[in-house]
Amino acid sequence: MTVLSIIYVVLFYVAMIILVGGIVNKIMLYKRVPAPLKIPVTPAPLTSGGVVYRLFNEVVFFNSLFRASKWTWIFGWMFHLSLLLAFFRHLRYAISPDSFLWPLVNLEVVQSFGKYAGFTMVIGLIGLFGRRIFVDRVRYISSASDYLMLVLIALIAGSGLLMSFVTNTDIIQLKAFILGLFFLDWQNLPGDFILLTHLTLVLFLMIIFPVSKLLHAPGLFFAPTRNQIDNPREKRHLSPWGAELEAKDGRNT
Amino acid sequence: MADYEIPETHEFPVIPSIMEGAMAHSSPYVANVEFQEAMGFPSPAEPGQLIDGWKEKFLELLEEKLGKYRSMLVFMDTCVKCGACTDKCHYFLGTADPKNMPVARQDLIRQIYRRYFTLPGKIFGKLGFPGFVGAAELTEEAVREMYSYYHQCSECRRCAVFCPFGIDTAEVTMAARDILANIGMGQKYSNQIIPKVHKIGNNLGLPEAALADTLEGLEEEVEDDIGVKVRFPLDEKGADILLVTPSADFFAEPHVDGLIGYAKVFHAAGVSWTLSSQASEAANFGLFIGNYESMRNIALRIRDEAKRLGVKRIIFGECGHAWRVAYNHLNTLAGPWDFLDQNYPVPQHILEFTKDCLDRGILNIDKSENDHMTLTFHDSCNIARASRIGEEVGSQFTTPRAVIKAVCNNFYDMSANTIHDETFCCGGGGGLLTDDLMELRVKGALPRMEALKNVIADNGVTHMAAICAICKSQFTKVLPYYGMTMDQIVSVHQLVSSAIVLDGQGEEAEEPEEAEESA
Repeated sequence: MTVLSIIYVVLFYVAMIILVGGIVNKIMLYKRVPAPLKIPVTPAPLTSGGVVYRLFNEVVFFNSLFRASKWTWIFGWMFHLSLLLAFFRHLRYAISPDSFLWPLVNLEVVQSFGKYAGFTMVIGLIGLFGRRIFVDRVRYISSASDYLMLVLIALIAGSGLLMSFVTNTDIIQLKAFILGLFFLDWQNLPGDFILLTHLTLVLFLMIIFPVSKLLHAPGLFFAPTRNQIDNPREKRHLSPWGAELEAKDGRNT
Repeated sequence: MADYEIPETHEFPVIPSIMEGAMAHSSPYVANVEFQEAMGFPSPAEPGQLIDGWKEKFLELLEEKLGKYRSMLVFMDTCVKCGACTDKCHYFLGTADPKNMPVARQDLIRQIYRRYFTLPGKIFGKLGFPGFVGAAELTEEAVREMYSYYHQCSECRRCAVFCPFGIDTAEVTMAARDILANIGMGQKYSNQIIPKVHKIGNNLGLPEAALADTLEGLEEEVEDDIGVKVRFPLDEKGADILLVTPSADFFAEPHVDGLIGYAKVFHAAGVSWTLSSQASEAANFGLFIGNYESMRNIALRIRDEAKRLGVKRIIFGECGHAWRVAYNHLNTLAGPWDFLDQNYPVPQHILEFTKDCLDRGILNIDKSENDHMTLTFHDSCNIARASRIGEEVGSQFTTPRAVIKAVCNNFYDMSANTIHDETFCCGGGGGLLTDDLMELRVKGALPRMEALKNVIADNGVTHMAAICAICKSQFTKVLPYYGMTMDQIVSVHQLVSSAIVLDGQGEEAEEPEEAEESA
């Protein structure tokens, strides 16, 4: 194996541990810290099924953002949908043809949608970047890292598009490398510049995920304003520390 | 009228270009030693100073908040600075100060979270560029800026409706205010009021004797007016219903007309009810200052009084944040309510009671009594975005309108993006209803005033009805700044009061005529 390949094998494992470990850690923390009071933004659902529907609308359609700002919604939704399509396409490089998932992943529709999603992704990112520059309010609240996050993802998308449409990498060898990571049977990584750029930026994105605003992805599910059921009169809601307070003075008995 | 410009209203809402520092001078009076100590908050050597070791204390308190409130913990992480909230706050729309954009307001404390509780903040902070990753150093200047801008938020949650991640600035403001109070910078207005609730029973400091006197006066006034003896009972043991209402209802206009309305409805329904002198206040300013213990202590007065008086039900009068606390938190803070009649929700809103009476047809209504008015309705923020008034989803919007329409012939809503859950705060909520914040209150009222002016122009509306004591007081004060008159704001139960015809009503007026004839 080449030194470069060894370095990237190590980097991938480290990044994966940071990404998964970091997110799991955050989710555990979000779960552990109680929501002491009922604070759903009303009108709110009266049942847990209703909460699932509310969150589904937020996750899939960005419902609240749609109400807030059509331009941000168009660019933001375009970007995230493209991200999803690109993810499906990339499964081809991580799933063996023997897998039961392969026929699905290898569908023409999945592959070509995923291929062209790179363009809509970049358009979405440019739109979001433009808003940061041209809308005075959004410019005011943007810090360097907000711009760089968009640039980072745009570079990942751009390098991916280059490999799809301009200069292909050795995709067979790349797939061998990726599968090798999964099955602990490490293989060489093609050494061309564009691929290395693409992968390095992805690694960086994975590492910063748990300490950046990318936490909006898991955090969305934990907002008490959206995930609580509107039933405070019917069902008493009490946090562990609220119960301790009661136990101390006994005034609720 | 004022040494600042009253914002212009438009036919269509205008999002202002940002004006940095436009409201940097706005800060409410800081609580003095006496009030700080009465609340159990530490007091610095001089009012307005910070306590010794404030910085460590601040970070310690922030860490505590992050460990006790999931909302704070999650909201500090999830903001992507998308800008969805930036044009949603009435204080931003009225002042153009960018720090009144919800995200910028949150960022005042999120920057501190980023700097001291996240890896990138620590790294870039040490390198001297905390701003690179949205972090900032905790300085005294930063603390004073927080004091200013966390008192330019009425905790109305309009921003939370639009945030793709449900981030609620009210939660952040509450946490920040509690931290500030605990390093010496409590707000005078709220912290002066809360001890009065415990000592005297209500925010206004109206003692039992004076309250009894006031209620007696109201009985006489109503009897003079309609010839029926409508009771306003106080501290009556064994009554079925305990009415908890904002103390402004006892004498402020138009609040008191609402109180008369509740009494008439109770009278017509034939139920026994009472007020309590010790719980003669629905408001709970513990919510505003973000202090769970304080909010709980205020709520527990109601539990104690419900037990002492032996009532079966609790009904709340027209008050916005009080209903938020009552509806969402009373069960948590002062429950369980197993000693009350479980056939009724605990607590109930007076509009739930009145609507039920109307639906059952037990109220005799003469709608034409309100024909001299054309009404619109102001959804109070806390009721709209933090409660229900009824069983169905959205009943906080439909119930008040149904009651208004049942007692008035002329009703028009304001434009769709200013009502229901998109309603604008009156500009005086969240502990800001104080004279030292008058400029903020006037400017913050802009979006509501604009919508009101438009519905007046388009539909000939003459009056706006509200169901919140703070909204009513705030509008009474700010309507004149926008070229309208203070009596254009009315209580919903004032409308009920005017339209309701009680048994025996009007008979006395006829009697003198008969007397004359026979004489």
